[in-house]
Amino acid sequence: MAENVKPRIKAPTTVKKGDVFEVKTLIQHEMESGQRKDKDGKPIPRQIINKFTCSLNGKTVFSMDLEPAISANPYIVFNLKATESGTLEFKWLDDNGAVYSATQQLTVN
Amino acid sequence: METKNSTGTMRLNRRSFLSLVGGAALALPLATLLPKTAQAGSKEADEFLKSKVKGAMKDGRVTIIAPEIAENGNTVPITITVESPMTEKDYVKTVYLVAEGNPNPGVATFNLSPMMGEAKVDIRIRLAKTQKVIAVAEMSDGSAWKGSQEIKVTIGGCGG
Repeated sequence: MAENVKPRIKAPTTVKKGDVFEVKTLIQHEMESGQRKDKDGKPIPRQIINKFTCSLNGKTVFSMDLEPAISANPYIVFNLKATESGTLEFKWLDDNGAVYSATQQLTVN
Repeated sequence: METKNSTGTMRLNRRSFLSLVGGAALALPLATLLPKTAQAGSKEADEFLKSKVKGAMKDGRVTIIAPEIAENGNTVPITITVESPMTEKDYVKTVYLVAEGNPNPGVATFNLSPMMGEAKVDIRIRLAKTQKVIAVAEMSDGSAWKGSQEIKVTIGGCGG
């Protein structure tokens, strides 16, 4: 479950200034909705990734609030415009307080 | 006593009986649906959106691309696009995604920025049953635009 959380990023490392490029993100997570019941009929408590953010050089460029209606292993794809080189940082916030993160260098020329 | 007497009251009785039956027929589906799983319904989805979006929502500019028939409600791929130049002066600020037929209407809230170049997001969502999915985009100028898509679901994504 939550121990096995592995974020993955697929984005170009070098882009031409002004170009719009695609960023694909995937994180392994159950996204336990809180709607399901276990074998004894007791509700399984909710545990989801509730927020995702992407920042470039510390400035948030995209963020998303997730609800239980997001599928397990949240897959999020969005676009970014190549404006400056720097570090892309991705963060996922878990209901249990954990924060998973990944970074990638971006070169704009 | 009244039923025995005149045809007039008979008719009235029959009428009231019929209206009762009709009323019950109308009330029944609602009564059977609501307490069972407390589905969100279009009213709840509407209220949810109204609590989030200040201005009036106009139709247009927002497109939801989704499969017409989703075999597995556990993971339905969805693409939301909003027509916008995405410049510092004119961009999409927030997009709310709601599902009318899920236990809770809210699916996701996206906070966009001009740095994205294009207002387009792909995600995978859970849908409990066949229903309408609505996206509302709030622009930097304060206007709000709405788009929706009906998605048929073969196997719901809330079981267990």
